[in-house]
Amino acid sequence: MRHLIDISDLTRDETNELIETASDIIVNPDNYTNKCSRKKIATLFYEPSTRTRLSFESAMLDLGGSVIGFSSAQYSSVSKGESVADTVRTVSCFADIIAIRHPKEGAALVAAMNSPVPVINAGDGGHNHPTQTLTDLLTIVREKGRLTDLTIGCCGDLKFGRTVHSLITAMARYSGVRFVLISPDELVIPEYLRNGVLKRENIPYVETRSLDESIAELDILYMTRVQKERFFNEADYVRLKDSYILTPDKLAHAKSDMRILHPLPRVNEISTAIDYDPRAAYFRQVRYGKFIRMALILKLLEEAEE
Amino acid sequence: MIIGSIVNGIVIDHIPAGRGMELYKLMKLNELKCEIALIENAKSEKLGKKDILKIGEMLPFDYSILGYVDSRITINFIENGKRVRKEHPSMPEILSDIIKCKNPRCITTTEQELPHKFRLSDRESLSYRCVYCESKAQSN
Repeated sequence: MRHLIDISDLTRDETNELIETASDIIVNPDNYTNKCSRKKIATLFYEPSTRTRLSFESAMLDLGGSVIGFSSAQYSSVSKGESVADTVRTVSCFADIIAIRHPKEGAALVAAMNSPVPVINAGDGGHNHPTQTLTDLLTIVREKGRLTDLTIGCCGDLKFGRTVHSLITAMARYSGVRFVLISPDELVIPEYLRNGVLKRENIPYVETRSLDESIAELDILYMTRVQKERFFNEADYVRLKDSYILTPDKLAHAKSDMRILHPLPRVNEISTAIDYDPRAAYFRQVRYGKFIRMALILKLLEEAEE
Repeated sequence: MIIGSIVNGIVIDHIPAGRGMELYKLMKLNELKCEIALIENAKSEKLGKKDILKIGEMLPFDYSILGYVDSRITINFIENGKRVRKEHPSMPEILSDIIKCKNPRCITTTEQELPHKFRLSDRESLSYRCVYCESKAQSN
């Protein structure tokens, strides 16, 4: 059974196919309205989420399917102590495909190991969130027209920010990509990513502490939130959360066709004064997320039927 | 110190000094009824100091997990007082329920029945990562 737990579960060609399907859905939505009629997706969300859960549910509804599930662990048998494995075995009796979000790292893999239907990882703690990465890739293609020959700035929490890790891993497969990694010393990218992906694949990159000094060279600026829930220590969070805030003053130095992406939710790292600048792509990015999830659901259900 | 030779059993030699007890626990030797000797800090030409384990029984055991402790370890199989086979364990690809994941955010911390599994991630640096959360293994 084919699942999507980690972005590297997909080859580059498969990723490109999903982007092509999503792009076709954007142009010809009527061709897809009944593709999943009589199919159900179960959204098992053990922790709160606005965008991801609604995106999966909207994706299935727009494909003509229906939705079951829960949006918090307290409303499920988990509150009685049921394991992820047992929950998934039960839910797979009702649903054709499962999207799971769980605060613990590796939970989606455990779900997949116990599921006779496809499982999509909708975020497992600070570990993986592959559909966010697919969303990011589709956004870059739609906004810049390509995934190659780009200078991508990643700014903010590069240590705990799972979306940045997956984006770097996914973009490293395309030629001509260069990274500018902008973060405080405390939140630089982990060693496994620096050595295991960037150095191993000979991807050009620079690490810098200054957003001001690097913004002018960027084609994409990927902003991230300094996430409170990833810290053990509140004092560290308070000290670092305002380190990198994008303001109109900083943006004035950026290219006119640069695009700003953000996985959202935003706290204060992007000034709201920027929201109506054409370079601000983060709300369009949310919309693209639904289309790439439609493409993914279609692909996994088709493979399951084969 | 005199510890007699064994007639039938296993001698695990060239254990890095100080890690004999770790190996004793790893192999669950406390559950055996036969004679067992753990010699710590024995002189070694190769290692300077080493630990040695002598077990008075042939164990049906997957010795490859000893490669996780150190691939220089030597396993000598003794029958009728003579060494009949000598092995060096290779690094096992998967460690199952040998070490525990210490990442407090790992799913294994809440799902108690899950086996703790680690995959060999880098043969050069001898590092293992949890199959669930991908955290690097730390010695227990």
